[in-house]
Amino acid sequence: MDVQAWTYLLVGLTFSLYIGIAIWSRVRSTEGFYVAGRGVPALANGMATGADWMSAASFISMAGLISFMGYTGTIYLMGWTGGYVLLALLLAPYLRKYGKYTTSEFLGDRYYGQSARLVGALCTIFISFTYVAGQMRGVGVVFSRFLEVDVNTGVVIGMAIVLAYATLGGMRGITYTQVAQYCVLILAYLIPAAAISWKITGNPIPQLGFGGTVEEGANAGRFLLETLDALHRELGLPEYTGAWVPGKKSMVDVLAITGALMVGTAGLPHVLIRFYTVPNARAARWSALWALVFIALLYTSAPAVAAFARVNMIQDLNGVAYEQAPPWFRSWEATGLIAFDDKDGDGRIRYSGDPEANELHVDRDIMVLANPEIARLPAWIVALVAAGGLAAALSTAAGLLLVISSAISHDIGKSWLAPDMSERRELTLARRAAGVAVIIAGLFGIYPPGFVAQVVAFAFGLAASSFFPALVLGIFTRSTTREGAVAGMLTGIGFTASYIYWFKYVDPTAGPESWLFGISPEGIGTIGMLLNFAVALTVSRFTAPPPDEVQRLVEEIRLPRAG
Amino acid sequence: MEGHEEVQEVDARGYWRANLRIMAVLLTLWFFVSFGLGILWVEPLNRFKLGGFPLGFWFAQQGSIYAFVVLIAIYVVWMDRLDRRYGVD
Repeated sequence: MDVQAWTYLLVGLTFSLYIGIAIWSRVRSTEGFYVAGRGVPALANGMATGADWMSAASFISMAGLISFMGYTGTIYLMGWTGGYVLLALLLAPYLRKYGKYTTSEFLGDRYYGQSARLVGALCTIFISFTYVAGQMRGVGVVFSRFLEVDVNTGVVIGMAIVLAYATLGGMRGITYTQVAQYCVLILAYLIPAAAISWKITGNPIPQLGFGGTVEEGANAGRFLLETLDALHRELGLPEYTGAWVPGKKSMVDVLAITGALMVGTAGLPHVLIRFYTVPNARAARWSALWALVFIALLYTSAPAVAAFARVNMIQDLNGVAYEQAPPWFRSWEATGLIAFDDKDGDGRIRYSGDPEANELHVDRDIMVLANPEIARLPAWIVALVAAGGLAAALSTAAGLLLVISSAISHDIGKSWLAPDMSERRELTLARRAAGVAVIIAGLFGIYPPGFVAQVVAFAFGLAASSFFPALVLGIFTRSTTREGAVAGMLTGIGFTASYIYWFKYVDPTAGPESWLFGISPEGIGTIGMLLNFAVALTVSRFTAPPPDEVQRLVEEIRLPRAG
Repeated sequence: MEGHEEVQEVDARGYWRANLRIMAVLLTLWFFVSFGLGILWVEPLNRFKLGGFPLGFWFAQQGSIYAFVVLIAIYVVWMDRLDRRYGVD
């Protein structure tokens, strides 16, 4: 069987599995729809959180990005895992003890009024839409490369699948499909990673092969990372493992970006909501642990995959005559994601750190998808990677759509516009909101706004500078007032959004010398978060303390058991 | 023990203080491993090798993630014990 037949088979099988789970897990109550009836075991929730969290960006793009960034790729590796320590220690058990359905609802109760809740709901909708657009695009790219359908057809198929299980099963359907999707995506990531590691270093465990020696070729017996650094030096690129070398990000920027991604992770509504689905606070703690264990399996393999891909790519292409380029080069060239421009006219591919001399352009997004082909792995593994990419994108999209739907039906509809709405009507509204959100997300996938790639900075920056401080202060202080929290959130968001807007759209060519403290827009959420904390604490000192019942609420959520 | 649970007043303040202590210790370690070993001191650490890894690079791309898992594991087990000791589980 060829790659395409295998892909049809595996994608068809996994999609039928997801639809089957959706039908099995239909729900009839709002508690089922919003929080899966709170009956999800910690281990299953850990897997679901892993799939919810690991998106098309983690699965498809991250290793490729690291492969081009070397050491600096650390910002994603630590930034997207370190946040789980904050989640487990500072938020998950307390939000679960509080209960109810959404994060904004906690803000509304803790900060006694609609203002905090509404700010929260609007942030949730904005953050989640920016995030979901990228997922739909990822679905389209996988379909177009592996099934050779049009990108738009791919997006429509993806929409139909998500629509089915998100509207039928709500959180329950999403949770159990995410468990299945985690299994698909982790196998799809680890099997090729192990195969490539074995091929290059003779050790099938990528985390160890990464630090091992190259098996064959001109560099046999030499450490892989040493080889990579040497290859980079030859090509005039900054050393792969080098940290503060010219051409890479500065230390202060790496600190700020890592911080913003960590804190942003801990403030993302679709991640926070997962901890509402377990039976109690203890299970919330345990599921944070399981989630990170499952995420770490991929995240510790990704930098190894990045290094293997880098070595393979340079050795396969640099100095090779275009006529003799390997077959994978041809198939990706057709998609326009890899290109050769024979500047010196010698018919050979030249890869160089000097933009004037460099003749090879490789889109970062293809490294993971092309890796099995580059390493000449069998067709079924290539197909498995396609199914894994789809699982990663669909699972994250579904989680995002659910928080959008609950923000609309529960935080805005039920609590603000129509408080006397019956449960049945609220459930219908939630389903419709999810349906409309899927369609909008699909349109974003088909007509990607030019800013999609850049808005990820927005999503993390805003989550870091809005939710995280308000939630932490709400749990760890009794004295933070409504006025303090709202002022803090508005300052944090206002500052972060204007900074990102300025340096991404108004003055995008400005370099580090014009940035505040040398911090790029990607990292500015860290400063926004600090501002939020400072403003919230200051304003709280000068406003009337929270009412007694709010202080009692704070005492109560700190204890895992009632009373 | 079980029979006393109903009448026993929960020492909420003591429980919370113990919780904050655990958190402070673990968050300090979290900061030290990630921002410290992985970023601030990466270059001096890179002079040492761990197999084929420069040590600072290993902490940045591997070690810190393992450390995060271990830190949460310690927290979860420690808190389970604390819950039992204060009778809040």
